[in-house]
Amino acid sequence: MNSVHKPQPMTKGFFTPGVIVLLVLAVNGLGFLLGRFLFGIGSVTNLSNQYPWGIWIAIDVAAGVALAAGGFTTAALGHVMHREEYHIVVRPALLTAMLGYTFAALAVCIDLGRWYYIWHPLIMWNGTSALFEVGMCVMIYMMVLYIEFLPIVAERFIGRITLKGVFARLNKPLEALLRALDRGLSKTMFIFIIAGVVLSTLHQSSLGTLMIIAGPKVHPLWQTPILPLLFLLSAVSVGYPMVIFESMIASRSFGLKPEMDVLSRLGSFMAPLLSIYLAFKIGDMVIRESFMYLTEVNTASVMFTIEIVVGVAIPLRMFLSEVVVRSRLWLFVASCLVVFGVLLNRINTFVVAYNPPYAVKAYFPSIGEISVTVGFVSILVLLYRFYVRTFAVISIAKVTPAARAKYAIRGGRS
Amino acid sequence: MKKKTRRDFLKTSALIGTAVASSSLHPAKAGPKNILSPDRMGVLVDTTVCVGCRSCEWACKVAHGRSTQPLAEYEDRSVYQTSRRPDHESVTVVNEHRQEESNGTPVYTKVQCMHCDHPSCVSACIVGAFTKEENGSVVWDTNKCIGCRYCMVACPFQIPAFEFGEALRPDVVKCDFCFSRTQEGKLPACVEMCPVEALTYGPRTELIKVARERIRRAPEKYVHHIYGETEAGGTSWMYLASRDFAGLGLPNVGTHAMPGTSESIQHGIFAYFIPPVLLYAMLGGVMWVTRRGKESEHEELK
Ligand code: SF4
Ligand code: SF4
Repeated sequence: MNSVHKPQPMTKGFFTPGVIVLLVLAVNGLGFLLGRFLFGIGSVTNLSNQYPWGIWIAIDVAAGVALAAGGFTTAALGHVMHREEYHIVVRPALLTAMLGYTFAALAVCIDLGRWYYIWHPLIMWNGTSALFEVGMCVMIYMMVLYIEFLPIVAERFIGRITLKGVFARLNKPLEALLRALDRGLSKTMFIFIIAGVVLSTLHQSSLGTLMIIAGPKVHPLWQTPILPLLFLLSAVSVGYPMVIFESMIASRSFGLKPEMDVLSRLGSFMAPLLSIYLAFKIGDMVIRESFMYLTEVNTASVMFTIEIVVGVAIPLRMFLSEVVVRSRLWLFVASCLVVFGVLLNRINTFVVAYNPPYAVKAYFPSIGEISVTVGFVSILVLLYRFYVRTFAVISIAKVTPAARAKYAIRGGRS
Repeated sequence: MKKKTRRDFLKTSALIGTAVASSSLHPAKAGPKNILSPDRMGVLVDTTVCVGCRSCEWACKVAHGRSTQPLAEYEDRSVYQTSRRPDHESVTVVNEHRQEESNGTPVYTKVQCMHCDHPSCVSACIVGAFTKEENGSVVWDTNKCIGCRYCMVACPFQIPAFEFGEALRPDVVKCDFCFSRTQEGKLPACVEMCPVEALTYGPRTELIKVARERIRRAPEKYVHHIYGETEAGGTSWMYLASRDFAGLGLPNVGTHAMPGTSESIQHGIFAYFIPPVLLYAMLGGVMWVTRRGKESEHEELK
């Protein structure tokens, strides 16, 4: 092989019209966030004693964590199964996961009434609580993601630390530290990679366990004892579509050619993954006979149908076709549908299906809630752009004789 | 760069394996107090006796040091126009239920935390801020709570209320079964106050006997069911009524202890950390095997 892909920082400028729109949305969101901290959660949200959780939990946390699943599914493929051809998507997926989890954690923090106690679960344990498990796993996994990203940072700065003035004498020790870190991590990285996969499996499923204790408050179309399994399967199936989705947008934005080879190959995993998910979802519905709720037309049945048909069945049919998988546009559309399906599933499970016994008024997110969520997503995209311009994340095809990096996420100083 | 040998890999894996295994031999005994004492206390609410005077609401506020209007103003019956729920200001409220078809006497139902035998809030709380005490009370600890509101999602009776308007230190508020009063040997404030003895405080097992006896003596007066005897796995507060409970704001929550399913899933996944460790080992194995494949390929290439 003489054509290799080497990740490198993107060089295109930071500011574009799109970036400016994102900045405005971000500032707007932060404004409402300030209101939340000054006047309490009730002042910017439509949450109440009937609906204690809203879209901050459903979208920012539950869907955010699910959509960041690309981090562990590509790591499993690229590193655990050593399918080297996928290494070029590992770094972007890792970056998405890192940012995604950081934002999920921030979203939890702003949703907590007493956010300054966020460290309490570290010392006050409750083993029966699904939320406790989610919290712990997410916290540890976030650390793992930072560690996995460290070599990329080290690689950027090794041999390039040139502090001026009084700090100049720090240059040498810092350089040594980075090198030691890089070397140490390259030996032990596999530990973190496996740990990342295990932790992800655990908390992706436990996110589903969360709603089980709410019992009859969750609509029977969604409430099932296999919720954790369904959450895990859907997280696994949304991992690659999310990678495809981002990769195409990033290539477009930076004027690169999308890596159709690799992306198509990722796409070919989708039909089996989606059919497993769909099979469990339908099997569960048949066994619990919950399909009878589909005969009445109401919000729940309509949302459920959209989720299954548009978010799972149609993309499944598309991914079965060779033409779709090979076509840039259709692959993108199909991936978007899967992402949409999982996003909708999380919103449905946490918000639409939640039906408290004494609800007087249905919940609909307030302008403040929507602004904060949109603001968070905008900041996330901006940070992504900043990171890929600073660090070597996205790979560009290059013709060089040798590539021997063992893990693509490792500093490439072989 | 030095290639890491397979030996290193094995060594490190084994090391981690032992570390995890030894820590899982002593699983941390974590979790909040959740005692199901045979002597736990309860309250029997006989809605056929209640006259809807709402003095229990007043007594509750006074006992908990909350501001309230004078007792006389509680006689104002216009509050019964709407059906109320306990909130962060009033942890117990009385609702009136009229029967549309007949002009029979309305039924009054006092609402508060049920003090479940298998409380969802205790099982769910991320930091174990709720405990089920020996005397049956389910109480909340302000020093632990982080305000995540998962207890509110979990409670089948929609009881815990949250101070949504509080910016700095919002509380989760619910009936504490007058825990500090009962510790001193006093009655719960509402029970003590009730002028018609609609509320009976006593050991839960005794209360069930009392309730059965009342139904036996006046079978035409009561629905033959004690709400709370088995609901959600049993509750400390129980109700007798002259008509269907669902029409009195007491929902049919089934007899299944709510935390049962989620706890067995949790314990299945985390049985002494064996499943996660097995998964770790399996992935390590896959990684090692596929690596070997790649290495021999590399050797051939050289
Ligand atoms: S009624 Fe709700 S708050 Fe009260 S003990 Fe039961 S689960 Fe907890
Ligand atoms: S809001 Fe407080 S009491 Fe309720 S589950 Fe969260 S930490 Fe526990």
